[in-house]
Amino acid sequence: MLNIIWLLLILGGVLVAGLSGQVEVVTDAAMTSARLAVEFVLGYMGIITFWVGLMKVAEESGLVRSLAGLMRPVVGLLFPSLPRDHPAVGAILMNLSANLLGVGSAATPLGLKAMEELQKLNDDRETASDAMCTFLALNTSSVTLIPVSVIGIRAAAGSADPAEIVGTTIFATSCSTLVALSLDYLFRRLGQRRGGGSRCS
Amino acid sequence: MFLEVMAAVSRWAVPVVITLILAYGFWKGVRVYETFIEGAQEGFWIAVKIIPYMVAIFVALGIFRQSGAMDLMISALAPILGLAGIPPEVLPLAIIRPLSGGGALGVTSELIRTYGPDSFIGRLASTIQGSTETTFFILTFYFGSVGIRRSRHALAVGLLADVSGFLAAVLAVNAVFGGG
Repeated sequence: MLNIIWLLLILGGVLVAGLSGQVEVVTDAAMTSARLAVEFVLGYMGIITFWVGLMKVAEESGLVRSLAGLMRPVVGLLFPSLPRDHPAVGAILMNLSANLLGVGSAATPLGLKAMEELQKLNDDRETASDAMCTFLALNTSSVTLIPVSVIGIRAAAGSADPAEIVGTTIFATSCSTLVALSLDYLFRRLGQRRGGGSRCS
Repeated sequence: MFLEVMAAVSRWAVPVVITLILAYGFWKGVRVYETFIEGAQEGFWIAVKIIPYMVAIFVALGIFRQSGAMDLMISALAPILGLAGIPPEVLPLAIIRPLSGGGALGVTSELIRTYGPDSFIGRLASTIQGSTETTFFILTFYFGSVGIRRSRHALAVGLLADVSGFLAAVLAVNAVFGGG
């Protein structure tokens, strides 16, 4: 999919430039953009380095784990089908906490761990369980408190206030998470009524 | 009131998180400086790994824009998108966002660099990037890791969540920073 979009952007550009008799623009755009991309990452590198370092401290101190403790009641509500002290609950909590803090590198392994635990409770090995769908709804709708990379990019581009978009981001991401959870609930209900979705977990 | 809260959250979020993490770490007996350095080493390599994505996207968008193809697309779509207060310039971001995390970061950076971080498009791209996810990647990776082949409604939910995140971002940025 991305293959096609990327190709279309470039071929579309070459075509339009060629038809309008200024095909040399393409050469210039390619060379300049490639150089700008690397310069941009160099500007952004300091911020991402700082943030990943900070997140290491959050992990080591057990802050991610404490945050997980705070969210336990919410998870009980969202995943009524999971046994209270099942390891899957712990893994889900840790994954959500890491996402919330913007520790993307930690969120993915924890998410995979959660899937593994959820699969143990799934009685159809090849079909997603209800709990898995809810878990994926949370992960694909993004629950971020601090959009770290965006703040970094804005700072690197010389923004007067790189963090000014945190408020709008939290609003938008809350909306998308709410929509995801509601839809997940609705789809599950519909599936049950048709008698097809009562699989497990 | 609501807008003031959003602005206050924006101002305080980063300083509070930095203080909280370091103070809590110190209190828990973590050697904060050494641990920070250890993590920061990883961060440096994360940035290096982003470079190829950035080059691929910057070049594609650069060619697309400077050739005049972007202007064609914009003049074709502007009347429709304009009704909803969506600038057509962010369309590539909306299309690439669910497909590739690195790619989307590239598009966002390119938009911010071209139009300025504090422009309407810059702010909107920032908000969209932060409030949507790489849905296809997460689904493929998470389901793939445990051998699930039928994902039921998960893809529809993920994509609709991205669409609503996108629309909510347009709404919020219009409300807080004023239209473009």
